Amino acid sequence: MTVRYSYGGDEHIFVEVDEEMSLEAFFKSLSMTNAVRDSGIAGITEICPANASFQIKFDPDVIAPNELMAKLKIFEAAAETSDKRIDTRIIEIPVLYGDPWTHETLMRFRERHQDPNTTDLEYAARINDFDSVDAFITAHAGAPWFVSMVGFVAGLPFIYQLVERQRQIEVPKYLRPRTDTPKLTIGHGGCFGCIYSVRGAGGYQMFGVTPMPIYDPKGEISYLRELMIFRPGDIIKFKPIDRAAYDAAVEAVEAGHFEPKIVPVSFSLDAFTADPEGTNAKLLEALDG
Amino acid sequence: MAEAIRMFDVVKPGLATTVQDLGRPGYYHLGLPISGAMDRFALIAANRLVGNNDGDAGLEAVFMGPELRFASDCLIAVTGADMPPKVDGVEQPGWTAFKVAAGQLLSFGFLKGGARAYIAIAGGIAVPEVLGSRSTYTLGTLGGFEGRALKAGDTVMIGTAAGGGREGMSVPAEIRRAVGVQGASLRVLPGLYWHRITEGAQQTFFEDTWKVAPEADRVGYRFRGGKKLDFVPREQPFGAGSDPSNIVDSCYPYGSIQVPGGTEPIILHRDAVSGGGYFMLGTVISADMDLIGQLQPHQGVRFEEVTMEQALAARKDEKARLAHLETALAT
Repeated sequence: MTVRYSYGGDEHIFVEVDEEMSLEAFFKSLSMTNAVRDSGIAGITEICPANASFQIKFDPDVIAPNELMAKLKIFEAAAETSDKRIDTRIIEIPVLYGDPWTHETLMRFRERHQDPNTTDLEYAARINDFDSVDAFITAHAGAPWFVSMVGFVAGLPFIYQLVERQRQIEVPKYLRPRTDTPKLTIGHGGCFGCIYSVRGAGGYQMFGVTPMPIYDPKGEISYLRELMIFRPGDIIKFKPIDRAAYDAAVEAVEAGHFEPKIVPVSFSLDAFTADPEGTNAKLLEALDG
Repeated sequence: MAEAIRMFDVVKPGLATTVQDLGRPGYYHLGLPISGAMDRFALIAANRLVGNNDGDAGLEAVFMGPELRFASDCLIAVTGADMPPKVDGVEQPGWTAFKVAAGQLLSFGFLKGGARAYIAIAGGIAVPEVLGSRSTYTLGTLGGFEGRALKAGDTVMIGTAAGGGREGMSVPAEIRRAVGVQGASLRVLPGLYWHRITEGAQQTFFEDTWKVAPEADRVGYRFRGGKKLDFVPREQPFGAGSDPSNIVDSCYPYGSIQVPGGTEPIILHRDAVSGGGYFMLGTVISADMDLIGQLQPHQGVRFEEVTMEQALAARKDEKARLAHLETALAT
């Protein structure tokens, strides 16, 4: 893991913790951004953690770029030895897989897809060596996912599944991005999943939709008073639901009494690396227990 | 006699007229961009002409002005793009404060240069603040007037004027930034994933003349017409995706230049997507960000390589321009 520092013009410093994605790189990036936040260095205006990198926005009238760069490098050594353990929460996201809305959309943009004769779910199941779409969904909804970045658009989580690398689901993005994606689509591109917070352009494969809003610009939904739900470090568990449960959840959201299932948990990277399945079992026990 | 309500009706909205102030910093880590005027200097100048604070909300009109019917007397200034304002059909000078009386119509002539005009009204646009700003972020339907561009039939409230603006007050020509000049150049600090393209590509990027593509908006400006950039061969890192222009999804700086597939550079602006999986070759310096918002489609642009020292010197020059503006309007 070689950390690389670069300037993004005169107002940003970009730090690539590693070229490739791993939970180790994410945790190192997270502990560096936490250390930067705690340091309270004057002139820093935004701290944005990403999957295996992070970005600092600063005011060069307050702190010289090279001075800030030198200070950031000091945190790298501290991040090496820091505790790779976070107190976080696990959030259950109900999903209607193979729903009619993403199906309509994927048919509309079929000529932009690698395999126009199958659906996104069928394609992802096949190229990841699953026997069936059901087996793929079981894997997708089985192990929990880690929110490794929030962004692209408002409140959109990039998520990384908590399984060994050889079990990671990998799919290419669409050949050319779509101009439309239904709101609350569960997507996947590269090794990352996502939940589209708003309707709009997108290039990720589409697997289903959740009835649970994750962004509310008006701040009226009870659990979205702060407009968005996700923060880097959150853990997600998908729960397959049928159409009746989907409709009931949508109704509950509209009536203002939908409450997402959220349980506080702690996560240790060392414990996970030593025993992925045992660690996941404990997370799921906390959620369902 | 009761004072008329301070508001205006939108008779015609223009192409995409939005409420903007100096933006909503602090939420980029959650995917909410700063938003705000693309040409910040123009908005600040318009605000100062009518006695507003720099950060008061005005209107940003792109390519085509709106038609607005005022319910009360107001002091107004229009800056930025060369798009002459008219009061009941009578042309008014740009970069100069003028009065509109209750019942009168503010409209605009054709665009002669630049892309975005800024309309400041004494008292500012009185939409509610969202997360500390009145700027519109249309992708997230957040802030501004109901989170969207103005539509015909909207009624928009105006705040109480603090006074201090005066009819006829004008920004001296030498302080205005020229808009619509051909041979525009944008200064770029190479960096980020600059090493991903070959030396030849690094050279042609700065040598070629690029043209603004029709896909140019508040999220980003796309360019085409330069030579395709070649990548340094490598085995793609895990999680990055298979295209050589892909990276493991990272944050995108404001002003950063991404080149999907190596073909068409995109400069992210005030409504930037906050991150994604395309490599970036560098960043437009802060002093030149305002210029981007005044570029028209098909306009030719060169990118000019600068060092951090040059970027900071240019930033100082822009600060001096603001100080100069303050002195000029105080006398």
